[in-house]
Amino acid sequence: MCQECGCSKPGPYKIDGRPTEPHTHSHTHADGTVHTHSHDEHDHAHGHHHHDHGHDHPHQVLNLNTGILNANDRAAEQNRGAFKALNLLVLNVVSSPGAGKTTLLTKTLNELKGRLRAGVIVGDLATDNDAARLRTTGAPVVQIATGTLCHLEAGMVAEAMKQLDLRALDLLIIENVGNLVCPASFDLGEAVRVVVHSVTEGEDKPLKYPPMFHSADVVVVTKTDMAAAAGFDRELALKNIRQASPRAKIFELSARTGDGIAAWCDYLVALKTGAATAG
Amino acid sequence: MQAALETAGEKTRAAGATQIHRLTLRVGALSGVVPAALRFAFDALKGESPAATAELEIENVPAVGWCAGCAAEFDVAEINYECPRCHQPSGELRRGREMDLVSLEIS
Repeated sequence: MCQECGCSKPGPYKIDGRPTEPHTHSHTHADGTVHTHSHDEHDHAHGHHHHDHGHDHPHQVLNLNTGILNANDRAAEQNRGAFKALNLLVLNVVSSPGAGKTTLLTKTLNELKGRLRAGVIVGDLATDNDAARLRTTGAPVVQIATGTLCHLEAGMVAEAMKQLDLRALDLLIIENVGNLVCPASFDLGEAVRVVVHSVTEGEDKPLKYPPMFHSADVVVVTKTDMAAAAGFDRELALKNIRQASPRAKIFELSARTGDGIAAWCDYLVALKTGAATAG
Repeated sequence: MQAALETAGEKTRAAGATQIHRLTLRVGALSGVVPAALRFAFDALKGESPAATAELEIENVPAVGWCAGCAAEFDVAEINYECPRCHQPSGELRRGREMDLVSLEIS
């Protein structure tokens, strides 16, 4: 359940056009009823116990003070562990629809050739148009079609990354579904969360969508070549970004003209070599 | 809530108990969890769990930021992460993201 917009649990989703099978199983309760259900995760220790006790036990208080991770957070931690073991730098790129994620990533993949071996997992509700554009760079690309779901979840990424030879990669870029609300709450196990903000969206997006901007390690302001035409107030926009994303490193660039792309790509290389840190 | 009930059930079984009488959660203002929704979910999900007759207690934690410059905490109001003394924005949140299982009263 997406706690932000109240949208339903993930329905069937597709990876590179092939449906994924939910893991289901049945078990029998003590009273003989058979109960079938599905799980997001494949490996789990599981048991339902129904006891009938006619006697009283003394009450006992357990002080636990333990954090509760939901299923997505657990899956994200598994992904994070796998990425770390593979020494793979992973970006989760989020923005509103049309901010220019795919154009930015296509340019980035071309510029990084010979410097970092990069792969992409791209999420959309439907079509593999973005994947097709990204594949023109020669990078391995896996498409997740989420069906109706407005964000990627860690379990989907875990499934999708099976399609990639992660050992042959230095950098994995996850292009999230275009949406500035729900993806904020779904950790995918990434090291760096990149929020893309185009100048055509105006200056107050960071104030209107604070959870997403607050979670950002990096904010990339795109389409700077169109700033004058859009009447973009750069100083105000940067002030708003700094207020909503105090930790974030900010890049300003145009994927179309290439202006500012070098600094962004140098930063990714520096992150990979450990010469720079996120945020 | 599903995760909270699963964890609570595991801890209860591990302690050799079968019934939860009181379940106490700590919820931060910026945890993304709405207490009213949590109560609704608890009532909807508790039926098949050892917490079927349990009382749910929620401790609310307000969001508190940390200003390194002033070496002081400040209340985070709405989306403003700015220190009210020196007006520098701070990315360090001290409290407010909690989603903790505090304690269980079991038998």
